[in-house]
Amino acid sequence: MLTLEGITKRFHKGSINEVLALDGVDLNIRQGDFITVIGSNGAGKSTTLNCVAGCFFPDKGTISLHGENITAWPEHKRARFIGRVFQDPLMGSAASLSIEENMALADRRGKSRGLSRGVKARDRDRFRELLSQIGLGLEDRLKDKVGLLSGGQRQSLTMIMATMVRPDILLLDEHTAALDPKTAGHVLELTDKIVESQKLTTLMVTHNMNHALTLGNRLIMMHQGRVILNIEGEEKSRFSVEDLLERFFSLKGEAFSSDKMLLV
Amino acid sequence: MSFYAFIGALEQGFVFGLMVLGVYLTFRILDFPDLTVDGSLPLGAAVSSVCIGAGMDPYLSLIPATLAGFCAGAVTGLLNTRLKILHLLSSILTMIALYSINIRIMGRPNFTLLGKATVLDPLAALGMPSWMAAPALFAAITILAAVTLIWFTRTELGQAMLATGDNPRMITALGVNTGNMIVLGVGLSNAMVALCGALVAQNQGSADVNMGVGTIVAGLASVIIGETLFGQRSISRMIMAAVFGSVAYRLAIAFALSLKVGSFSFSPSDLNLITALIVVAALIAPRLKSKVAA
Repeated sequence: MLTLEGITKRFHKGSINEVLALDGVDLNIRQGDFITVIGSNGAGKSTTLNCVAGCFFPDKGTISLHGENITAWPEHKRARFIGRVFQDPLMGSAASLSIEENMALADRRGKSRGLSRGVKARDRDRFRELLSQIGLGLEDRLKDKVGLLSGGQRQSLTMIMATMVRPDILLLDEHTAALDPKTAGHVLELTDKIVESQKLTTLMVTHNMNHALTLGNRLIMMHQGRVILNIEGEEKSRFSVEDLLERFFSLKGEAFSSDKMLLV
Repeated sequence: MSFYAFIGALEQGFVFGLMVLGVYLTFRILDFPDLTVDGSLPLGAAVSSVCIGAGMDPYLSLIPATLAGFCAGAVTGLLNTRLKILHLLSSILTMIALYSINIRIMGRPNFTLLGKATVLDPLAALGMPSWMAAPALFAAITILAAVTLIWFTRTELGQAMLATGDNPRMITALGVNTGNMIVLGVGLSNAMVALCGALVAQNQGSADVNMGVGTIVAGLASVIIGETLFGQRSISRMIMAAVFGSVAYRLAIAFALSLKVGSFSFSPSDLNLITALIVVAALIAPRLKSKVAA
């Protein structure tokens, strides 16, 4: 459904800080895939997601969605097909607007915006229902400013907002990394619930190998801008964290290094 | 302060309230410091005056003036979003360019409306005394503009504009082209400023290429005074606060100019100093308030 072919990207080209962030990434995402992405620091995990989202254009390679070449599409145009949750919980919602206003904005992702009322009375019941599945009591706080919410509440809200218009692909960029373990678990549970019930095609970057193994049907490991491991289905379910580390060592001849990778 | 000075301040406060709404839109909603206003205020004045000079109805002349302001703002927005020039610099470039353009429009540095019809004539024809007509008309126009702006911020498009100023990455991910929002927003802002300039010119009987100097400072002062005096709990409250901040600012200026201590009194050339002091006072007032409360 979504195909990356030979994606190459250099940042800070021509300066001493030049880095090869993506080095010929090939990836074929099928309808209904839930892919977890792991890798050491600077492996290109987030860069790959941002490339799909259109935050920048690759130097080489093509991105196609449903067979259509979208490589040159700007970010806002791709948003019609893509739901996103960022690592920073503050990034996914507008602090000065209320919960219902944020949801109404998300409800028009990929649609035209005109001069009719932003928050429509008939939408409120649906908003409440969506919020009630988070279980944080936000359904009774529709008029509260999002800036008043905690990081975990905002991230859960962003999760709802990213999926209230069904995205063709959902991009989760370490969306639980900035939360405390308990809240992270809660957001992850919500993620699993939403992805499962809507059968969403999902690409999730995580720093937690355990999550990467338990969630989803495919796992890819990246290193230095390349995909070095791509396992799925039966094979993935048999993998353990030790297997992953061993595989990394045998592929690269060096120990897996990440300052925030959680091994358990 | 005499009664006439008071009425004069009200009149100025309301007519410049339109400009303050424009400054509020860029400065607070879009988070876009826009100095174009120093050029788009005389632009509106010039276009309206020249149109009236050519025999156009004074009310009708407000339309080309407003459109001209929109174009000026859109140019600033395009310089920033398409050509990636820093927002502040984009607006300064448009402002400087407008100086020449305004002289071209008028054919000379100023344009008098002596003996010409103005928007105030129909009210005078109804028998309303002139000291009452101007503040009443300007209050009506500005409050109508404020209510329209409040309505706009609640529409789908307006909400997308609020989000563009608040969190551009989020609203881009929700499919909004933030560049277009900025062009539209800065355009609307300068449309209001140019409309203000057109009314000011008709009220004072002439347009002058230098009449826009210091507009942005007066606008910011009014916005900040409004927020300090009337609070910033909601967008609609802040928009109304901008209008009444404008009135409060002009009253404060009129009061300062009427002060006499011994043989010393302020002259109009002290205006900039007074403005700076008023803004400083308005900026530190919230902190003083919380200190007194504590």
